[in-house]
Amino acid sequence: MKKIVAVGFPLLLVIAPFGLKPYGIYLLSLWAVMTVAAIGLNLTLGYAGQISLAQGAFVGIGAYCAALLTTQGWPLWSAFLLAAALSLLIGWLLGYPALRVQHHYLAFVTLSFATLVFLVLRNEEWLTKGVYGISAIPRPTLLGWSTKGPLDFYFFCLGVLALVSGATWWVVRSPWGRAFTALRENALRADSLGVDTRRYTLMAFAIGSALGGIAGALYAPLVQFIEPNAFALNLSLNLLLMVMVGGSGYFLGPFLGAAVSVLLPEWLRFTEGLYLILYGAAVMVLMAFCPSGLLGLAERAGRVFK
Amino acid sequence: MREVLQVRGLAKTFGGIHAVNGVSFEVREGEILGLIGPNGSGKSTLFNCILGQLAPSAGEVRIDGRAITGMRPCELNRLGVGRTFQLLQVFPQLTVRENLILAGQEHQASMWSRLVGRRDAGLGEAAERMIGFFRLEKLAAEKAGALSYGQQKLLDVAMAFMAGPRLVLLDEPAGGVNPTMLAGLRERLRELNAERRATFVVIEHNMEFVMSLCTRVLVLAEGRIIAAGTPEEVRRNPQVIEAYLGG
Repeated sequence: MKKIVAVGFPLLLVIAPFGLKPYGIYLLSLWAVMTVAAIGLNLTLGYAGQISLAQGAFVGIGAYCAALLTTQGWPLWSAFLLAAALSLLIGWLLGYPALRVQHHYLAFVTLSFATLVFLVLRNEEWLTKGVYGISAIPRPTLLGWSTKGPLDFYFFCLGVLALVSGATWWVVRSPWGRAFTALRENALRADSLGVDTRRYTLMAFAIGSALGGIAGALYAPLVQFIEPNAFALNLSLNLLLMVMVGGSGYFLGPFLGAAVSVLLPEWLRFTEGLYLILYGAAVMVLMAFCPSGLLGLAERAGRVFK
Repeated sequence: MREVLQVRGLAKTFGGIHAVNGVSFEVREGEILGLIGPNGSGKSTLFNCILGQLAPSAGEVRIDGRAITGMRPCELNRLGVGRTFQLLQVFPQLTVRENLILAGQEHQASMWSRLVGRRDAGLGEAAERMIGFFRLEKLAAEKAGALSYGQQKLLDVAMAFMAGPRLVLLDEPAGGVNPTMLAGLRERLRELNAERRATFVVIEHNMEFVMSLCTRVLVLAEGRIIAAGTPEEVRRNPQVIEAYLGG
């Protein structure tokens, strides 16, 4: 089963955009971008157990890095570097409150940070152009390959997603991944076994936030116009929903969660005015009866039919 | 014989309550020291103060003559001090093998080389040996959460030994373990003590277990040591009989 998923899923992603209209390809690209951000949050929350309501803010930081640099003629790779480095550093600093508070207290700390970032993006017009936003964000040309077209940019997004997925797979399969799991399950015991829980907590925040920044650097050239509202608390809550719905702590959880969050509302549009109600109800039922998300549900079903 | 652990005038107060009240003792290399006393006598608080989980209100703790008061638990573990907790503390979502590897991996190389190095941190064989030693072979690939209470207890103890500690503090290792498994646990602890010269401090309510395993016993009541001696001396001590063992 794992082999089928490992081969079939990437193949499906490669053939999926062919035959779709530009809006369909845009949605697939958006799915890839949101998956990158959700992978980061899944590392912080799902593997290391540190709740964060600030992932949307890191997407915003990354997006503004990309928008500001590329509109000034800098190449996109420099924006990726800056977005990742800045988010890594800020994420590391945001991890410090997690050394003192946990659960809903930590949620409030990160929520405050998300609000702070939103206010900076909106009010510091000299840097961010405030509510007017930044437009005409260029898409990159890589070694002569222009990604201006929707299909080309989709494959660019897919490439970044593949790299991020590979790197994250490596981390969660390494002793670090085991230490993150130990931190989530029982920090007290982990500490007594020599696991430096402080450093791993900071690392979980830093890496997860850096992936949020990378997603942002991909989001800006995708939509080509950004303004602060796109990175308000709604985005952080939406990313949290993606991780929870897909299956927190499952490697494929963010992929599935982002698909549900980005694509399902579009598929439900045939119900017209009812689509958001149906979507909200489906998520509520899932969370009430299977808090471990869709992959948790699949695992339970697998055990029953074994 | 060399003193591995020295505790001097250790105290811990919670508000007006003296949970540990000026406790002093030492543990010699290779010794198995029992720590007994009624519920609420301060045994677990004493462990937590020694091991950095609680900051003591007064007093000093030394390992091999080095002051460790205020050190974090992970730093103490790297100095060769292991522990188990009163309540079960395994990682239910990790397999038995992974629990054991985790228990030793932070002693292997640097944090960065663990990221790029082998998934088992080079501890695969050591974990297999520990699995064999504690007779957990059939359960190696099972998630720890799926094990019975007694099996988890064995795993919990095995984890404390994965990093090859010189001093291990065991908090009620016999609690909730059936008699057959308990006999096995006692044998394993004796072997570890004899073969690796591991030094133990054991908190336990099971008197038969303590008296048959320990070489020396301290009795704690209301945060103070009220008696110390060989198991036989302690068993006959009138003060201990009155405060703890009963008629």
